[in-house]
Amino acid sequence: MVPIEYYVALSAILFMIGTMGVLTRRNAIIIFMSIELMLNAANLLFVAFARMYEALSGQIFVFFVMTVAAAEVAVGLALIVAVFRTKHSINIDEASTLKG
Amino acid sequence: MLESYYPIAILIGITVGLGILVMGLGHWFGPRRPTQRKNAPYESGMMPYGPGTRQMPIRFYLVAVLFILFDVEVIFLFPWAVVYRELGLFGVIEMAIFIFILLVGFIYALKKGAFEWE
Amino acid sequence: MSGYGIEDLVYILPIVFLLVWALVLVLVEAFTKRPDVTMLLAAFGLLAAVTLSVIQFGTEATAFKEMLTVDGYAVFVYMLVLASGLLSLGLAYDYNRRMGWARGEYYILMLFSIAGAMLMASAANLIVVFLALELLSIPLYVMAAFVPNDASSEEAGLKYFLLGAFAGGFVLYGVALIYGATGATNLMDVVAAALGTNSPVMLLTGAALILVGLGFKVALVPFHMWTPDVYQGAPTPVTAYMAVVAKAGGFAALFRVFIAAFPSVSADLTPVIATLVVLTLVVGNVAALAQKNIKRMLAYSSISHAGFLMMAFVTYGSALYADAVTSLLFYLLAFTVTSFGSWAVVIALEKAEGKGLDFEDYAGLGKKYPMLSAAMLVFLLSFAGVPPTLGFAGKFFLFRTVLEAGYAWLAIVGVIMSLVSAFYYLRVVRFMYFEQGDPEVRSEPVLNLVTAITVVGTIFLFLFSGPLLAWASEAVLALI
Repeated sequence: MVPIEYYVALSAILFMIGTMGVLTRRNAIIIFMSIELMLNAANLLFVAFARMYEALSGQIFVFFVMTVAAAEVAVGLALIVAVFRTKHSINIDEASTLKG
Repeated sequence: MLESYYPIAILIGITVGLGILVMGLGHWFGPRRPTQRKNAPYESGMMPYGPGTRQMPIRFYLVAVLFILFDVEVIFLFPWAVVYRELGLFGVIEMAIFIFILLVGFIYALKKGAFEWE
Repeated sequence: MSGYGIEDLVYILPIVFLLVWALVLVLVEAFTKRPDVTMLLAAFGLLAAVTLSVIQFGTEATAFKEMLTVDGYAVFVYMLVLASGLLSLGLAYDYNRRMGWARGEYYILMLFSIAGAMLMASAANLIVVFLALELLSIPLYVMAAFVPNDASSEEAGLKYFLLGAFAGGFVLYGVALIYGATGATNLMDVVAAALGTNSPVMLLTGAALILVGLGFKVALVPFHMWTPDVYQGAPTPVTAYMAVVAKAGGFAALFRVFIAAFPSVSADLTPVIATLVVLTLVVGNVAALAQKNIKRMLAYSSISHAGFLMMAFVTYGSALYADAVTSLLFYLLAFTVTSFGSWAVVIALEKAEGKGLDFEDYAGLGKKYPMLSAAMLVFLLSFAGVPPTLGFAGKFFLFRTVLEAGYAWLAIVGVIMSLVSAFYYLRVVRFMYFEQGDPEVRSEPVLNLVTAITVVGTIFLFLFSGPLLAWASEAVLALI
């Protein structure tokens, strides 16, 4: 059996890649994909710990997270499409109508 | 405990090595006479026309998003089905409520014309 | 076998009712397509839910195998967010028609997100905290982008969505780490396991990540970057709504989680929280000084109020946290009433989307519309914490608690920052009373009603702040 530390390390790496992606990329779709990566890093952690504790709860949480992520996908893509239709760009640096 | 993964590592090694070998053989020994026709994305397909990023009807996107939503919600049926017998009537009612909530969303989408193709 | 019964549903009846009602409204909207009908029905649903919450008062129960807790603290927040819902219905009704995009979905989305805020106050399980947070947030993303074909509204929605989802990721990862450290997500089990855990680093990281994620939601510095842009771009009633309800929900969950689940890491986290408070107060207030747009100014001001609310957290882990929770709830109440009032005035002056929102547009308001400007004066004084307003009482109780907990320096920072805030609030007053101008205000009955209710509330509730505080402290007794 693979030791739990490996899963934690992999998930931490995924989470960091996701966080860095959100902070450095400028394309709304790619930022969104990075956020999904963060959620999936947490999912991996849940499943790994569920196996470690031999409890099913962690796996059920993953189901909840997946459905929430699907709802976010629907709303997020709708927003991105709406912005794209108005501004013909989804680069968030160009999203600068709002400045004070 | 990592020993059990050796076969997989060996398999990955062989696969990658074989791939490189086959492509390398073709690269070193095969003759190359590129023409414009050969470099086209689909060598024997139809001629490409227009740019690759054409506008697409928004309908595709709407149907796709609705599909994702209803598709993923079905995930809850799996754990329910596993313990279906133990839950008994209670489980049936619970799932009926859940499906009904999804149904409300479906009726809304239907009435708002999300499924009208034309 | 199942272990759930009808009594679980009865315990959380206000939430269940609100969600069922929202589903009914989805069908009503689909079949009638009449925004007015939906709005009236939504208002009725909110009133009914308030009534159910009043009946609920005094209940002490856990529902769904300790997934949810219903106690005085939760019911207090229920009433607060339900009342906020009613007020923002009043703000939105005239505004949406004036701007020409009245749609019934707006009110339905609001009901769902209120249910999310109520669940956050009740959540006794970290996974429920995450789910409730998403139920609160996802409708808000849509509401922020509600104006059709308007670049700034859509942009606000997108920004709010990206940063909100980012924050949700942090919360979730924190929950996962805590699950790993303790083997539980139920708050009570987390407490029990936290004492004997062999991975305190994981527990601490998890708690910190939850703090970061919820800090995004309630707009603490340094997680506040989205706030001014989103508040400015979103339609004004939505801004008013999210300034209050997202904060109320976020703080309600933050407090329950941190007081119930992490007393063992309080020594490590208190300095961090104190730093966050000081940063939030300083950045929020100083940045507000430079604003010329009233929506941005109120956005920074709401950041600074998040700092004041967060002040109550420094006492957690000490014996005083009962007082701290009481003053937090009271401050939340003061902020809710004052905030809705000031946004009502902003909406009254707003002409088209994004027009009539600069300080100059308030010039001459005092002469032409004495009632409206007097109302605005009351709200601004309440924000700044000047007696005789509810804001003063809120700040007073908060500073007293912080002083008693031995954080005199923090109370002093708070007082100094209140003085700084008086500068930018009084700049609006100067424009209203001492500058020449000719503002145009259309009198709209529902909006005027909201303004009147909040003015009366701001002053009248101040006179009864003693009994109110007693009520709030009764509400938190359950938490201990």
